Amino acid sequence: MIDPTLVDWSRAQFALTAIYHFLFVPLTLGLSFIVAIMETLYVTTGDTKWKEVTLFWMKLFGINFAIGLATGIIMEFEFGTNWANYSWFVGDIFGAPLAIEGIMAFFLESTFFAVMFFGWNRVSKKFHLLSTWLVAIGSNLSALWILVANGWMQHPVGMQFNPETARSEMVNFWEVIFNPNAYNKFLHTISAGYITSAIFVVAISAWFLLKNEKMKDFAKRSILVATSFGLITSAYNILTGDNSAYTVAQNQPVKLAAMEGLYQGKKGAEIVAFGILNPDKKLGDKQEDFLFQISIPKALSILGYHKLDAYVAGMNDLVYGNKEHGIESAASKIGKGKKAVAALKAFKEAKKQGDIQKASSALAQFRQYEKYMGYGFLDKPEEIVPPVQITFYSFHLMVGLGIWFFVLMIVMLYKAMTGTLTKTRTWLKLAFYSLPLGFLANELGWIVAEVGRQPWAVQDLLPVKMATTHISTTSVMITFWLFAILFTFLLIAEVKIMATQIRLKGGENV
Amino acid sequence: MKTSITNIIKFYINGFRNMSKLGRKLWLIIAIKLFIFFVVIKMLFFPDILHEKFHSDKERGDYVMKNLLGGEK
Repeated sequence: MIDPTLVDWSRAQFALTAIYHFLFVPLTLGLSFIVAIMETLYVTTGDTKWKEVTLFWMKLFGINFAIGLATGIIMEFEFGTNWANYSWFVGDIFGAPLAIEGIMAFFLESTFFAVMFFGWNRVSKKFHLLSTWLVAIGSNLSALWILVANGWMQHPVGMQFNPETARSEMVNFWEVIFNPNAYNKFLHTISAGYITSAIFVVAISAWFLLKNEKMKDFAKRSILVATSFGLITSAYNILTGDNSAYTVAQNQPVKLAAMEGLYQGKKGAEIVAFGILNPDKKLGDKQEDFLFQISIPKALSILGYHKLDAYVAGMNDLVYGNKEHGIESAASKIGKGKKAVAALKAFKEAKKQGDIQKASSALAQFRQYEKYMGYGFLDKPEEIVPPVQITFYSFHLMVGLGIWFFVLMIVMLYKAMTGTLTKTRTWLKLAFYSLPLGFLANELGWIVAEVGRQPWAVQDLLPVKMATTHISTTSVMITFWLFAILFTFLLIAEVKIMATQIRLKGGENV
Repeated sequence: MKTSITNIIKFYINGFRNMSKLGRKLWLIIAIKLFIFFVVIKMLFFPDILHEKFHSDKERGDYVMKNLLGGEK
């Protein structure tokens, strides 16, 4: 019997690690490109002021890279200890992408990172510039492989479960790589990282301007690059967000319903622009879904299915079924899942007894219901619904912040281009206070993706509760607090070192 | 070939030698962090359970399958 407390602590520990790790990642993804663009301007124009700008932001990039280096490895440790069933189950699929990531990250980043930092005046300007670009491309390619693996968990394709080994085995590499969930997730995540980095540069530059007007030229150059980059990537992020929603609608309809607090499905479903969920609302009851809401008509049907009047399934439809729209109930899927598990059991038993005919017939039965296997481990149909409040509010706050970043980029770019940056302190303050919001939006996006797919570790195949290792809850609790302390210490170190560097720069030209 | 390798090695040695105070501090943080991660945390708190408990992939697969089949409702 699985201890639910153990599952919760293992979950909390993994979430904590991922959240801290993901504070460092977005800045690495985006700042590397911003620095590369700045250096390109230096090399193409020969203007040494661009070199000064490049060196400063490169320093901050280096601090973030160094402090954040290898924080993600902790998650891999956790896989082996807390999630042994899961890591065995997915090992064959994850092995290839993660091995490629390791090789790419190691060779590209470690080689060219050194040239980027040690190479000024030691290699030619062009080779140095190439190294900076390769570091940016390398760090982004590392993210690709991790997100291919994550995309597979959200939509497991190109695989077949092997009952002999208890592993999901890859049968089509290209299907795994070109899984729409994977590439949409990759594009949406990296563009979110680019925006976060653009806001980081804009916010610190705004602080320079608020403190010392003599920093105007430096700040203006930084803001011009960051806002141009941020504006393009903001627009692109909206596009990739739309694609992500589309793939979620196709493959994870319960997540989409939770993101929108949609209990009862409808044709031409609206998107909630702003809403307060009814906290007493339960699946299947007649209470109102929202205490208050402002909606955009038909927008969810367009977002999810690219059709004005498409039927969007609600959580009730997906749990209890809807014959009219051909939606199978979770209870029916659980029934099929149980058949898959029973067939698996029969197969193992027949193999043990050496009854080949029985084993092959059990295997055929298993294959018939294989895609429902995970449902066989669920206790009740309602379990397929993720925590609605967290998913809904995280999603809406993320979208709201995305819109704010788009506006901020336009305004700051306009001000930088018209030379009016120092004229309105309100916008400078708004830009400065937006600094943590970029990081917050990334974390919220991650919460939507991961909390929204509960109860699954691997969609439809492996529930989280079956993915955990049977270990002592106390040891997971201890390591949870150990990480909380360790990662907080690292974060404080990063903030302190960065703040010192920024303050030193802010004091220049006074 | 030999000269190129020597040049690369010299490049790294010079780079580390002429590193700024900030660079040294960051390297120290990296070293402490990697030590804590790989020696303290990995060794003491995060054993790879399937590899420590079992000697072959067959045993590991059987154990996981037993967990899965024992846990269905």
